[in-house]
Amino acid sequence: MAAPPRKSNGGLVGRLVLMTAGSFAFGFALVPLYDVFCDVTGIGTRAQLSRAAAPDTSAPDMSRVVTVEFTASVPDSGPWEFAPAVASMEVHPGRLYEARYTAHNLAGRDTTGQAVPSITPLRAAQYFRKTECFCFTPQHFERDEQRDLLVRFIVDRDLPPGIDRLTLSYAFYDVTRLAGGKG
Amino acid sequence: MRPDEVTNMAHGNAAAGHGDHHRPPKGVMRWLTTTNHKDIGTMYLVFSLAMFLIGGVMALLIRAELFQPGLQLVDPGFYNQLTTVHALVMVFGAVMPATVGLANWMIPLQIGAADMALPRMNLFSFWLLFFAFVLLISTFFVPGGAPAAGWTLYPPLVLQTGNAFPMAIFAIHLMGASSIMGAINVIVTIVNMRAPGMTLLKMPLFSWSWLITAYLLIAVMPVFAGGVTMLLTDYYFHTSFFNAAGGGDPVLFQHVFWFFGHPEVYIMILPAFGIVSEIIPTFSRKPIFGYEAMVYAIASIAFLSFIVWAHHMFTVGMPLAGQLFFTLSTMLIAVPTGVKVFNWTTTMWRGSLSFEPPMLFALAFLFLFTIGGFSGLMLAIVPADFQYHDTYFVVAHFHYVLVPGAVFGIMAAVYYWLPKWTGHMYDMNIAKWHFWLTAIFVNVLFFPQHFLGLAGMQRRIPDYPTQFTDWNMVSSIGGFGFGLSQLLFVWLIIRCVKGGQRATAGVWDWPHGLEWTVPSPAPYHTFEKSPELH
Ligand code: HEM
Ligand SMILES: [Cu+2]
Repeated sequence: MAAPPRKSNGGLVGRLVLMTAGSFAFGFALVPLYDVFCDVTGIGTRAQLSRAAAPDTSAPDMSRVVTVEFTASVPDSGPWEFAPAVASMEVHPGRLYEARYTAHNLAGRDTTGQAVPSITPLRAAQYFRKTECFCFTPQHFERDEQRDLLVRFIVDRDLPPGIDRLTLSYAFYDVTRLAGGKG
Repeated sequence: MRPDEVTNMAHGNAAAGHGDHHRPPKGVMRWLTTTNHKDIGTMYLVFSLAMFLIGGVMALLIRAELFQPGLQLVDPGFYNQLTTVHALVMVFGAVMPATVGLANWMIPLQIGAADMALPRMNLFSFWLLFFAFVLLISTFFVPGGAPAAGWTLYPPLVLQTGNAFPMAIFAIHLMGASSIMGAINVIVTIVNMRAPGMTLLKMPLFSWSWLITAYLLIAVMPVFAGGVTMLLTDYYFHTSFFNAAGGGDPVLFQHVFWFFGHPEVYIMILPAFGIVSEIIPTFSRKPIFGYEAMVYAIASIAFLSFIVWAHHMFTVGMPLAGQLFFTLSTMLIAVPTGVKVFNWTTTMWRGSLSFEPPMLFALAFLFLFTIGGFSGLMLAIVPADFQYHDTYFVVAHFHYVLVPGAVFGIMAAVYYWLPKWTGHMYDMNIAKWHFWLTAIFVNVLFFPQHFLGLAGMQRRIPDYPTQFTDWNMVSSIGGFGFGLSQLLFVWLIIRCVKGGQRATAGVWDWPHGLEWTVPSPAPYHTFEKSPELH
């Protein structure tokens, strides 16, 4: 049998396997890249939204009024009660405010919860600054414990014109099995 | 020189006269141990046909449930398992393996190679695929049932899958590994084993389309593998890639999935583009119009397919700039696609047309795929997509591009090359019946889904408000008509394997390309001595 003239396949196969490995790695690289993307587009990364800020409060813009709405949800923590004390507030950009949520652990056992904030509209997210928030750390609750949770915030004076209403929403997750929160 | 001139110049009988050596072993052992590209191609094609029928039965169960409002046949949980597994079976079990089977059979014949470059890996990747589907389909029988979160496997829903979860993920890993191996094999074969004189720009367009498809596969299948691996670790090791409680984000999964998912739809359609580019010239008796433009069009579609993924996710919320970018990049794909449609049409212009079954399917492809392309353009418009997303309009869109698109392309290929594979002509009457019934019913089945979607009927729901009843009934009737028509196809293939009028080497009136220079049926070994092209 006259074998056809063959080029060596090994090198090419090696390069293609390398490309495959590169693509697999790229899939995982999308995880940090996603944060970078959120950062440059100004949506705010997940970490930024849960971090304390120290904005300038010296000169509030008293001429402008923005409505801040509060919502809450308990996606998977069982029979918890979790709700904002007031449904909405009218605020002046540049001034510090305080809002309260109440949480009641009805799960029948000790639970550690983590609140994850999100702000709509997305483009307002980076102008909503929290100086203090229960969402910065996991919150431990005894069985049946009920307690108030505090958030102090400032709406930045640079909030683009045209936004006169934004919604702060917290989802409260049971992180007991995540061993101490942030994974 | 154009590929069609190759025929006349090749020394046609390179394959003939290879006496008795290297006969295949008899019986099952032949299929378990073969490394012959034609055997493996056949196995892929038979496997794909079986999956098409199994996935089809699931689809008919879905259409039976949707025949009227209310819950009649299946409970909602099982309904969701059906839609999920139907899609996974059709995408990864029917369409992709069919194109791999065609690649195995035809690429060596088209480029004048004796076999695929990596024959043992070829066999291995087939059996990996086989076991992947045994595993996936067996999930119907484990506690909790099959995965039911949709073929897109979005968390957190998919994390509620029962015992099937690790099985489904593992099955996806196996399918992915199998198709990556197939892709590596195609690239190495095309790069290293072309007959002397077969330069890349003389290569037939089917082989071209597969070369580019293979690179797409290598680029995106591993990303999907990474995504489902993250699901696995979220499920078992409490990582938080997609778990908001631990600092993750479920939307990230959608990005990872669609970074794979959009190129994946082109992985399914590009080989069909290649097939149609072979068939239309043959039955127009004219070389393809704008051969090089066709190659560059496929390449630019492949490139653009990487930068449009978020058009599947407009409704999760993204900045205006993102919406604009993904709308415009998506619409840009219509340009090279338009070039292809234009060139196919122009190939027929003043051609001497005849309407054998492969041509009928190719023409139906041309019309109906284009309808799917247009609904895609509508979906690319953000404000419109806010209304259409997750409705039957999307279901209609992707079925138009996938069924009368990818599947018709594959059927056209079978009708085109079947005489070359079996050595027999098939029954033209059955083929024409099959074509007309299929082409009519596919529209009865999917066209009304546009109306349902525009009127607001959601997808992935087993029940619906009564005002949607009429069009659902029409669609279900179309579904059953379509499904039953496929039995004609199976019957025709079986008969053609068993016997029929002997096919000549050229089979068709105006054959062009090396595959038509070997006798029909193509001998077990072909091009052991490279054909000479001048
Ligand atoms: C001009 C070409 C195309 C355009 C502009 C386009 C656009 C789109 C858009 C915007 C969506 C998202 C709709 C939504 O979920 O709201 C979509 C979905 C889809 N498209 Fe296309 N498309 C095109 C071609 C194709 C092709 C060629 C295929 C496959 C062969 C395909 C398969 C799909 C599938 C499977 C989905 C739905 C995925 C799912 O949600 O399950 N499309 N298309
Ligand atoms: Cu897409």
